[in-house]
Order: sequence, then structure tokens, then C-alpha cells
Amino acid sequence: MSPRRETFAPLSYLVFLLITLGVALLCICLGSVWVPPEQALGALVGNPGIEGTARSIIMDLRVPRVLAVALCGAGLSLCGAAMQGLLRNPLADGSTLGVSSGASLGAVLALAFGFTLPGLPQLGVMGMAIVFAFLSLLLILALAWRLDASLSTNTIILIGVIYSMFISALMSLVIAFSGPRLHSVTFWTMGSLAGAQWNQVLAMAVALALCSLVLLRRGQELNAFAVGEDNARSVGVEVKRVKLEVLIAVSVLIGVCVSIGGTIGFVGLVTPHAARLIVGPNHRRLLPATLFLGAIFLMLADLIARTLLSPTELPLGVVTSLIGALCFVTLFARTRRVK
Amino acid sequence: MLTVKGLSVTLGGKPILQNIHFDVQPGQWLMLVGPNGAGKSTLLHALSQGVPYQGAIAFEGQEVARMKAAQRARLMGLLSQRHEVGYSFTVQEVIRLGRYAQRSHWQGSGEADQLAVLEAARATGLTELMDHSVLTLSGGELQRVFLAQIFAQQPRLLLLDEPANHLDLQYQAQVFEMIQDWLQQPSHAVISVVHDLSLARRYATRGLLLNRGQQVAFGDPGEVLSASHLQAVWGMDVAGWMRDLLSEWT
Repeated sequence: MSPRRETFAPLSYLVFLLITLGVALLCICLGSVWVPPEQALGALVGNPGIEGTARSIIMDLRVPRVLAVALCGAGLSLCGAAMQGLLRNPLADGSTLGVSSGASLGAVLALAFGFTLPGLPQLGVMGMAIVFAFLSLLLILALAWRLDASLSTNTIILIGVIYSMFISALMSLVIAFSGPRLHSVTFWTMGSLAGAQWNQVLAMAVALALCSLVLLRRGQELNAFAVGEDNARSVGVEVKRVKLEVLIAVSVLIGVCVSIGGTIGFVGLVTPHAARLIVGPNHRRLLPATLFLGAIFLMLADLIARTLLSPTELPLGVVTSLIGALCFVTLFARTRRVK
Repeated sequence: MLTVKGLSVTLGGKPILQNIHFDVQPGQWLMLVGPNGAGKSTLLHALSQGVPYQGAIAFEGQEVARMKAAQRARLMGLLSQRHEVGYSFTVQEVIRLGRYAQRSHWQGSGEADQLAVLEAARATGLTELMDHSVLTLSGGELQRVFLAQIFAQQPRLLLLDEPANHLDLQYQAQVFEMIQDWLQQPSHAVISVVHDLSLARRYATRGLLLNRGQQVAFGDPGEVLSASHLQAVWGMDVAGWMRDLLSEWT
């Protein structure tokens, strides 16, 4: 009997990468103005034959937006997959832990009170989101530690849920007092990557690269957690250290994604389920597949958001929640039947 | 081999185990016996570092709490009482997790790993089920999967929490014989929680009787399960009741 391949085969990487690039090109070309693929590719490689307006639409608007959306989708999905494995809970997500909520509160505070870093106005929201995501993590872990020193998964999820509720109350309070900035704050909470800029794309790319490096190396440990925490400890996983490592990587990634894209629900919850149907539950295959599928899913959702009622744009978070809720019910029903 | 001194566990301000002392030598099968709530499972989880404790647990003189998880896993492995696999992993994938401590991060699974996995599957009668999802298995089959995992892990000390749990009678006998065979290999030892006192008497070479977190007796199984001890802990004539039950079969 030949052993089933445990890791993600190079060929699978290639196939997923080609599909992702294909979807990305489609999303760059489609929009209120149709850009032919050869023109889009020409502008991307710096062909001087592409004149001003077309080049500007491609390089200043479409490409950074599509890239930001792809990175955000990949990041949130990777976080979802990691949390679902770590907590052995198919309903887990960055939001279950309360990290997304914490990051949102940080971002909303920055928006509502106009907090900016001197010289780098963009980084104010991101910095606050990361700091708050991280503080949320520390607070949740400290609470979990106090209540249950073994950091059992149930405790963490329960505290995450309670913490999320608490944070959303605080957020409503902040929004109520945000006065003249009410509109921008409210629109941000619905999630949008419409105005994505190159520096934001760069920030997300760096965060995704670093956190993927940490998380993808932990595939086997996440398998052990997904089978059971006692079991993970018994087979020799450094349970607390791996948990902390994964939670930190997740909170940094969520902090960056939330600060740029706002609250985009359901991506991290749904994508890993879809990936599991394709490559199975083994995290050494699941995590890379989730990265690509998350990028594809969010790019397509964003495409719908900006073309469905063109020229009016829908908030991305609304589209993902509509698609996500439907997918989720279907997936959930299917997994129940398998059981 | 394993020496436990002054072990106490307090969970949520409640003392679960108090001042436990015992040791296990190679070739021994130590049975932890006692009524529900005696602290038997907690003791196993403390040994495998799953719950915080006071006191000293040493494996051949080395403090277990200071070991790296992978080093500990090469010496001892825990078979939990409950299995709650979250996703549809295959039988093979779950057994293979037992090899985690044996390989480095950057290597795939080597030939030795594959051999250990196949041998463990053969010993537990799971060869035919290797590509099945663990979510489709019966309780008994799942129990055998985790037993295979711990065999593949190749530790020297097995910590077994109710190894015959969920098992039909024919598998119960098989599993105990399997563990007995495993114990014949040099420098192997077993500590197990067994609820069934007849099984405990049959297989134990040492016994540790617990009641409400207190150590009642430790040593030769015949003495540990003496009539006076059983009377004191269960408040009834246990042996008489057992004989009475068995007389149904004559």
C-alpha cells in the first residue's frame, strides 16, 4: 500500500497559482471600463505603448485593489484555517477569538478620533488595529490562563465570544460619539478595499509572507490539535508554545487585514471548509490550498461588489456575508450528512 | 523507571489528588483502581503534563516537567479516555501523528515511520481501514486507531485511560493481550486506569488504590485489592458480589 501524499504537491501549487493569477487578471480587466488583457499585461510589465488613462486605471486603481483584496482574502482565510485546526472547532475564526473585534475597535478609534501617525496618515489605523488585535490576544489569553491554566479550547472560545460582545458594545459607543466622522466610520465597518494603495498592498504582502511562514510550518502540529489537544500533547507537540505562536501570527495578520479592509466577515470561516472538501483536512495540504482559495474567493466577491450595480459599489463585507452565509449553510449541511 | 513523590493536584481550588507516592519498574503493569472521582484519570493526565501539579515526577531520575515535549513523547504516551477528532482525517493520518516526536520539521515521513505505522495498524487489525475517515468509525474502531497511534509512537511507558473503553468483549480481550505482548519487550512498562476490577486482578503486576484523591494502598495487586481495602473503599463485599455474578454462568 502506497502512503497517501501528505504535503501539498508542487503540481497542486502550480495549478492553484495559475487559477489565482487567471482570476486576478480577470478582475483587473473587468470593471466600469473594460481593459483588454493584453493592455493590462502590457501596463504591468511597463510597456511604454500603453497611454496615460488606461495605464492609470490599471496601475493606480485596479492592480493595487485586486492585490489588496487577494492578500486580504488569503490572510483572513489562512487565519480561519489555523484557528479551526487549533481550536478543533469548524466554526472558529479570527472573529470567534475576538481578535478581529479588537482590531476593529482599534481601527474605529483611530478613524473616529482622527488618530494618525505624524507623516504617515495611513498607518494610524493599521497601527491601532494591530496594537488592539495584539492587546485583545493578550487579554483573552490572560483571562483564559486565570480561569483554566491548561488553556483548554472551550475556555478560549467562550472568552472570545464574550470579549467580542463586549467590544461591539464599545464600538457602538465610539461610533455614537464619532460625530462628523460618522459616515466614514460606518462605511469602514462594512468593509471595503476600494481605495487600496500600493503602500497598503506592500504592508499586507509583508504581513502575509511573515505569518504564512510561521503558520505553514505548523501544519503537522495543527493536525495534532485538530485531532485533540490531549493527543497533541501525548505525541510530543509543545502545546502551549505552538498555541501562542499560532495565535500571535493570526492576530498580526488579522490586525493588518482588518485595518485595511475593514470587517470582512465569513471569508475565514468559509474558505477553509471549501478547501477541506478539495484537499482534505490535513493541514499540510489545507493551509496552502486555503491561501489560494481565500485570494480567489475574495477577488471574485470584490468583482461582484463593484460590477453588479455599477456604477454604484456595494460594500465588500456585505457581498462576502451574503455569499458566505449561503455557502456555509450548504457546507454545514454536507458535513452533518457525512457524520 | 518512573518515580512519583508527593504528587498533589488542585483544580479550581478543589484538591483532586493529595500526596501520591509510587514508582513503576520496567516490565510492570501498574493498575490504578478506585471508584469514580478517585482521581485516577487526573493522575494519568498529571503524569503526561496535561494538568498542573505539585510534587515530583521523574523518569529515570530526570524531572519530566523539564523535558521537551518531544523527548517526553519518546518516553511515554497517553491514551485518553475520550476521542474527539474534529475533522475527517483518515485512519492512517491519525496513526501517523504518533510519529511526530520521531522526525524533524523539515523531513517528510521516512521509511522507519512508514514501517512503524503499518506495523501498528497490523497489530490492531486496522490495515483494511487505513484510508477510511475516522468520523465513520465505531467507538471500538476509533479506540483501536488511537491504540495504534500510541504503538507507532513507540514510547517506553504507556499511560492508558480505560483502554477497553467502548470495546466489544472480543476486542477487550484482544487489546489486553496486545498490551501484555507489548509489555514483554525490554524496558517497557504500563500504567493504566481500569474500572473493571476483574481485569485489574488478571493483568496487574502492581496496584495503586485511590479513593477521593487519597492513596489507600500501593504494591502487590493481591494486597492492594484485599478484602479489607475493597470493603473500606467501596463499602461492600466486592469479591462476594463478583463471585455471585459469576455463579450466573455455571
